[in-house]
Amino acid sequence: MAIAPFVNRRDFLKAGAAGGVALVVGFHLSASAFADQAQDQEKKTPNPFDAWVRITPDNRVTLILGKSEMGQGIMTALPMILAEELCVDWKQVKVQQAPTNPKIYDLGTGGSGSVAGSWLPLRRAGAAAREMLVTAAAKQWEVSPDTCAAKDGQVIHGHPQRSVSYGQLVESASKLPIPNLNTVPLKNSDDFTVVGHDTRRFEGQDKATGSAKFGIDSRVPGMLFAVVARCPVFGGKLASFDAAKAKAVPGVREVIPFETSGRGASTTGGVAVLADNSWAAIQGRNALEVKWEEGPAAKESTAELQKQFLANAAKPGRVLRNEGDADSALGSSAKKIEAVYELPFAPHACMEPMNCTVQIRPDGAEAWIPTQAPQWAQGVIAEASKLPPEKVIVHTTLMGGGFGRRYQADFVMEAAQVAAKTAGKPVMVLWTREDDMHHGFYRPASYHKMQGALDTNGNLSAWKHFQTSTSIAAKWSQEGANDPGLGEFGTGATIPYLTPNLRLEYTLAESSVPRAWWRSVEHSSSGFVVESFIDELAAAAGQDPLAFRLKLIGGDRKIPRFGEEKATPLDTARLKGVLQLAAEKGGWGKPLPKGMGRGIATFFSFNSYTAAVAEASVKDGTVKLHRLVYAVDCGRPINPDGIRAQVESAAIYGLSAALHDAITIKDGRVEQSNFNDYQMPRIGATPKTEVHVVMSKEEPTGIGEPGLPVVAPAMCNAIFAATGKRIRRLPIRATDLA
Amino acid sequence: MAISFTLNGKPQSVDVSPDMPLLWVLRDTLNMTGTKFGCGMALCGACTVHINGEATRSCITAISSVAGKKVTTIEGLSADGSHPVQKAWMEEDVPQCGYCQSGQIMSAVALLSKKPNPTDTDIDDAMSGNICRCGTYQRIRKAIHRAASMQAGKA
Repeated sequence: MAIAPFVNRRDFLKAGAAGGVALVVGFHLSASAFADQAQDQEKKTPNPFDAWVRITPDNRVTLILGKSEMGQGIMTALPMILAEELCVDWKQVKVQQAPTNPKIYDLGTGGSGSVAGSWLPLRRAGAAAREMLVTAAAKQWEVSPDTCAAKDGQVIHGHPQRSVSYGQLVESASKLPIPNLNTVPLKNSDDFTVVGHDTRRFEGQDKATGSAKFGIDSRVPGMLFAVVARCPVFGGKLASFDAAKAKAVPGVREVIPFETSGRGASTTGGVAVLADNSWAAIQGRNALEVKWEEGPAAKESTAELQKQFLANAAKPGRVLRNEGDADSALGSSAKKIEAVYELPFAPHACMEPMNCTVQIRPDGAEAWIPTQAPQWAQGVIAEASKLPPEKVIVHTTLMGGGFGRRYQADFVMEAAQVAAKTAGKPVMVLWTREDDMHHGFYRPASYHKMQGALDTNGNLSAWKHFQTSTSIAAKWSQEGANDPGLGEFGTGATIPYLTPNLRLEYTLAESSVPRAWWRSVEHSSSGFVVESFIDELAAAAGQDPLAFRLKLIGGDRKIPRFGEEKATPLDTARLKGVLQLAAEKGGWGKPLPKGMGRGIATFFSFNSYTAAVAEASVKDGTVKLHRLVYAVDCGRPINPDGIRAQVESAAIYGLSAALHDAITIKDGRVEQSNFNDYQMPRIGATPKTEVHVVMSKEEPTGIGEPGLPVVAPAMCNAIFAATGKRIRRLPIRATDLA
Repeated sequence: MAISFTLNGKPQSVDVSPDMPLLWVLRDTLNMTGTKFGCGMALCGACTVHINGEATRSCITAISSVAGKKVTTIEGLSADGSHPVQKAWMEEDVPQCGYCQSGQIMSAVALLSKKPNPTDTDIDDAMSGNICRCGTYQRIRKAIHRAASMQAGKA
């Protein structure tokens, strides 16, 4: 946690108080989700602040920080935290995107870390501002601050009561020293009136009236709309093109080729067709004659990747974790089982296709971007425009879904490459659904060989998990190609189930398919594999799946996260807590109608604990998920209804992964193109979903993603209970149900 | 050649290519961005508007086919969110990212105009053309029932 104890007034005046008198408190968000990176960055960061609270004489409270709204509810949850300490109506608090500043490290929005990383800093900043306002009022009334109180945006005092609004106090309060943020007294949590209460989202009305502005809704005077022709094969290049037919389409203004850009914000390069409107641009691209140099990836396919997986699995992998002697135990135990689990590439499929609007003039650039990473976007626009980053202004818009896809900067780089060639005209590069499907950054495909052994008492005597996958690290980090592995296991590297013999092995599979962070990242795969296989072991032991899990989790203890010793340990008491709560609410052990089965799964991710009980049936080769009962413990809930909404959402995203999500490759290109050949759950597939939120007093932790990893295993375990069929590959295929 | 139609109760005329879909006329020509682009193939419902009261995918509806007809978009339901369906959407806190919700709401309004008291099955049938990647379906169902009660109470 890094909170600068004293405020450099010049910094916050510059960054927060432009345009008149204001009370401004600058602070620093912590980065619990990416602690090591943040610490490294802090050492290099000259400016201690990346967030500000600004109160103006009109009683408005603005929370300025680098967090973007993609539906996860930060425009509601973060103001609620601030409002609690500041003693104002949370709706008075408006979130404003912090201006991107290359000198301020900005984490962006991801890793389910916004609330976790903002909780304490926001409370401290709110408490500091409140204390200044109370002190200012006390001075004005010539009374002791101890006799004054803050309430509903006012400071009050005495009988008969007198009051003064925060707005009226702004000028005098702004001249006071800012309290030490590390020691400023915080409210007693028993007095909370905002935090912990169900709250409707801040921008709900805008989203119900169509007035909410997403990136795709950006309109800049004189702008052109562009659609890009890209090589369908990953890693391919433009060979040649003829613009004549595209230019003949009414409304088409220009045809601009651009090069492949480098690692990181890598773009395929291609040919942009710029027009007066999106439709003309699409028509122009359809008419464009273009030839590609497909490159070596044209030989890649899902079938070829499967061969690699099988070949890799036939040999030992790199040993990542080794305790005891799993191989010997597997050889000598009373019972041994082995199973292979498989997961495909999965697309984010945000409803708002990728888009980015950029204007580049000789003296500066401005961009309107639905991005989770505005700082990165600023950097790539600077690179493409050859302007210094401080000359690039990024406006972060609402996002029509993010799920990790919008943490990438490829779509920004492309737009900047095109805008750099339009002589100052603003341009929106719009992706069609097909572009979005063909040029994503997919959840890695993976293959898991699981081996487990049981002793005569039905305890777990060995656990061996071999994984081969396409790996995110290998795609991104410079050393990744040499050292991928542990990150691909997620919590699968720290299973909570007691065993004396544990071995994890990994082998990288080569692929040109871009991979990146997909909602819940590696936990989406690990949750399915670990929680399905433990269910297989329970069945092999002849034990109830819930009782077996509880037995193997054992007593209350904190399990250090393997390979992430600085991370918060896994608390088995909290894990058992959600398992038992989900089981109780889900009617575990109670009779079900014929043909129905009940399954359970639990998982720890993003420092949160989740369990779910699923009820499923199979009829005519089709699986139906009827009911899904969750228990979640994400620490102290800020907005319980917002938490329920995120988990309901993760349930459908997870259901999508279980039933449909599969990107397949042939001839180096994605075979799916739109919502006809790539399906997502529709309303009729929605199970009755209940989310029980543990009213914990622990520090708040993530909730955007943790609901996802348990969906597929709970559902597949329910299928097993109903039919005796084990589902070991996703998406679920009719042939595996037969 | 100019094409004339009624847009949210007012006469509207546009001079665009006759095969240009209504979606892009709304969004790019008229700057009415409440109607969304999702797939371009009538597969996701994000672009749903009403044409003569029928829920219609504007992404595959050529502007020429709209001549003389009445078009209602999300902006035409109410400016302030006072339409019962919009109110129900806010009360159930349906939207998450919110991108698909204009289309969801337009489909829901069309359903309720035909079936003022729909069952869950009616809802599933009428709303099956609208995808929500945030998975707000459970709340959509609740909000439609709530809007139905609100409208019944008013009648």
